[in-house]
Amino acid sequence: MTMALSGQYMTNGLLAAGVLLLKVLAVIMPITVVVAYLTYVERKVIGYMQRRIGPHRVGYRGLLQPFADVFKLLLKEVLVPASANRFLFLTAPFLALVPALATWAVVPFWRGAALANVDAGLLYVLAMTSMTVYGIILAGWSSNSKYALLGAMRSAAQMVAYEIAMGFALVGVIMASNSLNLDRIVVAQAGGLHHWYIWPLLPLAVVYFICGVAETNRAPFDVAEGESEIVAGFHVEYSGAGFALFFLAEYANMILISALVSIFFVGGWLSPFEGLVPILGKPGLHWLALKMAFFLFCFLWFRATFPRYRYDQIMRLGWKVFIPLTLLWIGLECVWKAVGFGPWF
Amino acid sequence: MLAAYLAIPFFLVVAAGIGLFALAAGFVLGPRRPDPRKAAPYECGFEAFEDAHMPFDVRYYLVAILFILFDLEITFLFPWAVSLNHIGTAGLLAMVAFLLVLTIGFIYEWRKGALEWE
Repeated sequence: MTMALSGQYMTNGLLAAGVLLLKVLAVIMPITVVVAYLTYVERKVIGYMQRRIGPHRVGYRGLLQPFADVFKLLLKEVLVPASANRFLFLTAPFLALVPALATWAVVPFWRGAALANVDAGLLYVLAMTSMTVYGIILAGWSSNSKYALLGAMRSAAQMVAYEIAMGFALVGVIMASNSLNLDRIVVAQAGGLHHWYIWPLLPLAVVYFICGVAETNRAPFDVAEGESEIVAGFHVEYSGAGFALFFLAEYANMILISALVSIFFVGGWLSPFEGLVPILGKPGLHWLALKMAFFLFCFLWFRATFPRYRYDQIMRLGWKVFIPLTLLWIGLECVWKAVGFGPWF
Repeated sequence: MLAAYLAIPFFLVVAAGIGLFALAAGFVLGPRRPDPRKAAPYECGFEAFEDAHMPFDVRYYLVAILFILFDLEITFLFPWAVSLNHIGTAGLLAMVAFLLVLTIGFIYEWRKGALEWE
């Protein structure tokens, strides 16, 4: 009897685990597809901004280009430099990739649709996004190449500098929402366009997004790669599949930052026409997707238009502009909290 | 409540699985033609002069120390911001005082030149 019962529990447990596994795949698979097409869109958008047409050979208008890229990367030799630390060299891409994908566990796609709808969601996001820097440092150090080490050092100092401003900006969001749960942060912004946090927290939103660009090592903050000075920075020694993993992690992080900005500041899955237009006012995944697409476009737009920052300029911007600005805004929010302000506080 | 966290280990495993799969595919599908020159660290065509694990600038350590200070302060701010509605004006003012002390420390660092990067 007890045997049969425990057997039943076991099957139920296995079934639940199987369903959960399918759900996780249902989140990660679309993300990898979006990553693939983001590389295509990036090349197209930057191409058109520079009056070129971008990739157009593989498939209709080059639409199969990402797949060609994936196959090319997987068919290349995986090189491990002779003087490198082999184990760390092969571990580093995982330390970059796993946090970039695992953070999606707490991202709500619509009301209650986060796979892990946990109360400490925002803490989890911060913890996971901070992990990425280890992948970069390990990659740079274990390669035993001077360019790689230089890129890793630069990237580490830059990422920790911008992480502080990022954290302060998030404190501003929590002061308004009083919750670390991503779902509740969005729900707290319900009630129409003017309830979104971007209005009272505009400087924090700008700081957060720019820090996100810096954290993902994207142009104009891409001194960690800096093709023209240190060839490719921390991943100069990586080829084939190892390089593909870093690439995947970088783009997954871009998509993640776009999702987080949308959730924290512009109401996530909420419609801008809420309470104004009957059908358009309905919340849903498409609104989150649209907002994310806008921020992703900004990533590409920045890359096509801004020249790369000099390293001392990056450090100055992080420490001397963003941190004082976010501290000031937190102080201002304290005042708002005390006297009450608009629909937000 | 803890059951909600169950998805996180699944995510970690699946993400690592994707990485393993890609790396294994690279090792299986890719060619393997070892060559001592190919396995040498890249240095623009020259032979590498020395080990790359050289000492680096002490300013990196300074940045790391400042980072730890500020990051601790941020973790201190999180629980305060979550419970703002329950702690009243006294709680609000206490943190304002703390932030003032923090700002004084920040100004000191700034004036001392710890934030310069020339």
